[in-house]
Amino acid sequence: MNEPLLRARDVRKYFPVRSGFLQRTVAHARAVDGIDLDIRPGETLGLVGESGSGKSTLGRILVGLMTPSAGELSFEGREIAGLGGSDLRRSRRQLQFIFQDPNGSLDPRMRVGEIIGEGLHAQGAERDVRNKLVNEMLDKVGLRREAAQRYPHELSGGQRQRIGIARALVLQPKLVVADEPVSALDVSIQSQVLNLLVELKRELNLTYVFVSHNLAAVNYVSDRIAVMYLGKFVELASTEQLRRAPLHPYTRALFSAVPEPIPGRRRQSVVLKGEPPNPIDPPSGCRFRTRCPLARDVCAEREPGLTPRPGDANDHLVACHFA
Amino acid sequence: MSLLRVENLRTYFDTRAGVMKAVDGVDLEVREGRTLGIVGESGSGKSVTALSIMRLIEKPGRILPDSHIFFEGNDLAAIPERELESLRGNRISMVFQEPMTSLNPVYTVGDQIIEAIRLHRRVSVQQARDRAVELLRLVGIPSPERRVDAFPHQMSGGMRQRVMIAMALACEPKLLIADEPTTALDVTIQAQILELLRQLRDELSMAVVLITHDLGVVAEMCDDVAVMYAGQVVERGPVESIFSDPQHPYTEALLRSIPLLGMTKAEPLTVIPGMVPSALHWPTGCRFVARCKNALDRCHREPPPLARSGSGYAACWLRESIPEGSQHGAAHR
Repeated sequence: MNEPLLRARDVRKYFPVRSGFLQRTVAHARAVDGIDLDIRPGETLGLVGESGSGKSTLGRILVGLMTPSAGELSFEGREIAGLGGSDLRRSRRQLQFIFQDPNGSLDPRMRVGEIIGEGLHAQGAERDVRNKLVNEMLDKVGLRREAAQRYPHELSGGQRQRIGIARALVLQPKLVVADEPVSALDVSIQSQVLNLLVELKRELNLTYVFVSHNLAAVNYVSDRIAVMYLGKFVELASTEQLRRAPLHPYTRALFSAVPEPIPGRRRQSVVLKGEPPNPIDPPSGCRFRTRCPLARDVCAEREPGLTPRPGDANDHLVACHFA
Repeated sequence: MSLLRVENLRTYFDTRAGVMKAVDGVDLEVREGRTLGIVGESGSGKSVTALSIMRLIEKPGRILPDSHIFFEGNDLAAIPERELESLRGNRISMVFQEPMTSLNPVYTVGDQIIEAIRLHRRVSVQQARDRAVELLRLVGIPSPERRVDAFPHQMSGGMRQRVMIAMALACEPKLLIADEPTTALDVTIQAQILELLRQLRDELSMAVVLITHDLGVVAEMCDDVAVMYAGQVVERGPVESIFSDPQHPYTEALLRSIPLLGMTKAEPLTVIPGMVPSALHWPTGCRFVARCKNALDRCHREPPPLARSGSGYAACWLRESIPEGSQHGAAHR
């Protein structure tokens, strides 16, 4: 078995909740609450969950855009959670991020060429090297080279997302976390960008973490999928396993809730009751129990660990007493 | 019987850059008790169509004089504003995408529902309040007696959308127009709201116009669908036949461009090259021409009319049976 490219152990992120005149910390929202994860080289790992599940926070932690409150994080065997200075810069290059909103993440005063080349500049690359790499990258993401002279507002949403992708990939990273990379785009543009991401991964030997609430898109690109609920993984398995035989009641509900463009195929209606609880004060035991159709007393008392089912393959993990 | 019939609806916006022809000759029909989905991407004109039906178009927008919106014997495009006010929120209601911006933050949800009721019904405040509680229960809000006094910000997005629906249903409308009612919601909450809409539609035998960009939502909710592109309806008809046998190349490409749950990256998604043209300068011929792989010379020159095709209507020169030189709107006559 290959060494994992990135390894996370018991990673947590607690956001302080401040209140009152002195803005004292009165509680913590547990956005990410004890995640263990090995990202395998060359895979695409999907991270799905609804708003507040902690998927975006985890994605940011994985590439170092956010520091975890606790836990260990290592990239190619080297600890990176507490890095600073040049070590940080070196590993940062290997870990890149694609943002959801191509409008908010591109500096409107910079030309496209400068935006894509900025990371190279920070790495100390000479101008002609920069220009050459930027041009190659523009070719790769399907933009014309003239686009380098344009400003972001002169381009369409789909083109801007291509710039976001070019900026992330120009540094030749090993791991790319894409946070809802197609969610802000129109349907007819989404497939362009999804196809592009898949092609570039193959061409550049990348490893992806694909964060999204769009299950169909995650399913399409991912080899494995981790399902998050209130800061924890409830299930982690290959896409195939998850689609054929989802084990966790939340996973089942989530997948059956996706409206598919096939008329007449009514959902087998696992409509969940209620809404996700507040991450400031999550339920005791299993966090899903307040909405779970299977919940019993034990679910409030004991938190289920993320484990393989007895006798099952070791790569299908689920956190449920009754799955 | 048709409850709503829209003919040649054109809604233009006068901007400094020129006239934006957001909706440019739309024909639609909603039959009693049926659900029509209007799908399209941003800029296709689907929301402006909905707002035009409610005549909620404000300056610099205007509905052009030869547009018709027939509803229960009235032409909503022509009747005076006063008459329209008595219909809006009464016979026709609307639910918007973002419930937080359409609810007034300084009034309780109860007050807002009471206002909606008393605008159209001569009932006491107490009666209206009782009705508000009943409506909140109907839309599945837990402990409605208590929640009737809550402010919008004290509720989650899903609950606020339920309140919006309760408000829209206050006077048991014949037609409910829902503009992306679940787009801002998580998928499990979306499933709840869609289920609720389905139930209410059947119980109250309302017709629904559901505006969405999500073909999955259309497949699940609608009887009929109208596909909009560049300010026009390019195809319409029964959902089943349009999804299984799309007549317009745009519809077909759109259906193939979205990944289904079982698909893997081994099968590349269909890509629609290029992008939507600008509403300031629609192309002269077919508006999809630049993105269509089978475009003919004629497609560049002449706009195709919405004509009978398959089990519905499509506006495409590639379909036969369209007489040479026939013009817009021919489908209706």
